[in-house]
Amino acid sequence: MGLTAVEKIISNHAGKDLKAGDLVIASIDAVMAQDGNAPLAIHLLKEELGAMKTFDSQKVILVIDHCGPSPNEGASRLQQMMRAFCKESGATLYEGGEGISHVLMPEKGHAKPGTLIIGSDSHTVTYGAVNCLGTGMGSTDIAVGMVSGKVWMRVPETIRIKLVNQLPEGTTAKDLILHLIRLIGVAGATYKCLQIEGGGLSSLNMDNRSTLCNMAIEMGAKCALMPVDSICRSYLEERMETVPDMVWSDDDCVYEEEYTVDLSKVEPLVALPHDLTKIVPTHSVNDQKIDMAFIGTCTNSRISDLAEAAEVLDGKKVDPSVRLIITPGSRQIYLEALRKGYVDIFITAGAIVTPPGCGPCVGTHLGIPGDSEIVISTANRNFKGRMGNPNSSIILASPASVAASAVLGRVASKKEVSA
Amino acid sequence: MIRQGTVHHFGDNINTDDIIAGKYKHKTMDLNELSTHIMENIRPGFYSEVRLGNFIVAGENFGCGSSREQAPHIIKHVGITAVVAKSFARIFFRNAINIGLLVITANTDGIEEGDSLIYRSEDKQILVPEKGIVLQTPALPKEIMDIANAGGLLAYAAKGGLA
Repeated sequence: MGLTAVEKIISNHAGKDLKAGDLVIASIDAVMAQDGNAPLAIHLLKEELGAMKTFDSQKVILVIDHCGPSPNEGASRLQQMMRAFCKESGATLYEGGEGISHVLMPEKGHAKPGTLIIGSDSHTVTYGAVNCLGTGMGSTDIAVGMVSGKVWMRVPETIRIKLVNQLPEGTTAKDLILHLIRLIGVAGATYKCLQIEGGGLSSLNMDNRSTLCNMAIEMGAKCALMPVDSICRSYLEERMETVPDMVWSDDDCVYEEEYTVDLSKVEPLVALPHDLTKIVPTHSVNDQKIDMAFIGTCTNSRISDLAEAAEVLDGKKVDPSVRLIITPGSRQIYLEALRKGYVDIFITAGAIVTPPGCGPCVGTHLGIPGDSEIVISTANRNFKGRMGNPNSSIILASPASVAASAVLGRVASKKEVSA
Repeated sequence: MIRQGTVHHFGDNINTDDIIAGKYKHKTMDLNELSTHIMENIRPGFYSEVRLGNFIVAGENFGCGSSREQAPHIIKHVGITAVVAKSFARIFFRNAINIGLLVITANTDGIEEGDSLIYRSEDKQILVPEKGIVLQTPALPKEIMDIANAGGLLAYAAKGGLA
């Protein structure tokens, strides 16, 4: 009987043949830690493990993205710890303003096919878009990983999702992933690998694929994996000397569940407050006024997402009752958006364009909502209080829908904004 | 090991933003300070209600959302003996094992706020005698028990467990 891609990747990293359900110690190809959880990991590494250096400083990458530049003294001190640690150990540091960890790791070529990466952030699953087994962990796993280069893990079963046909005009990858979460459920993929494949993938670019893999964790998945096709290969060839072979499932392997999803049936969707259990068509709530709109995050801050927003905002103005905040995912994306004229469109429309990073997603800075305010956002989470004020509500949607909503002052999709 | 304590009851899908809001963990690592904010968005004042030896009893998918280890840390820090839930989100579950917070999977239907709960680790049982509830809890895989019994991942690693 054949093996699934995730069984093979973990087997390769454990030096023995494994199948779903096995518990093993695996070697890691890289450890990523962001400013939310790195300081605790560094503290544990030094104080509890008594370690002075990492297992391989080339494979340890720290990113200041959740609040960079720092909004308060406490955050500044934690970020100083990260800088000092990188200076001492030789680990790589991406300073505040460089971008979001989950955008940078693939962008800079750290995430590669067939590799195993642990990150101090649940959205490490994003790297599945380049056939990399990325999974989120807490500070203790990260500290131990940094010192030993190892992690204990259980080999997950696989849920296979085959995408067919293409998304209709005006419908995007974000709508597709909301569609999948509604289908599978917020705990429907707990402990599983989400294997996403099929002819429908060829109509989705790397930015779109990142959006899909990013939200696998919102279904409880351990990781996501996609194949390396010609689109992915071109992306990788621009970023690394040698592209490792992809690891893929055998034809005769066993899947826990299988779904076939017809992209042509997907429509613009929103997730209503305060979780992902109420995902409904955008048009069904288009009388809902909004106060704030946010385009960004590791889900939707890449150039295609900004292009989607720019297309809607071109020649339009943000409704006077709405604040629209736009946060590019990285310095490189910001530059590209500048050169393509998107930033011009955003600012002319009345949006606030912030430095690259997580922006207001996690309630640390750059746009905390007021009491009773409704935010429409391209983020991946809308938990109560997520953006820093438990007396506000967050609706999740695609960049096109968020841009349309900002223009009309209410929940809307792209087609409701006149050309 | 036998532990008895009062139940604090929560529903389904309690996420790690509920347990500890992101804005706090980005400012400080101090567990004493972070603990004061435990569950504050969904149950203000919970910090003042909790007593050493209490249990948290919950529904499905406890601990979903972000990987922040501060979530199980503060639950342990405020003196909760164990979280008993119908199911756990995976990152929270492994974080709890790693730091030595007891996490027990059981069908918690019928257990309510204020109930007196007993956990018997040898028999792998959860009991609420006043309601006649007796639940058998699953055995964890040996490898996970080794980490838990060592007192968490740091102690396990120090003993050479990851070699």
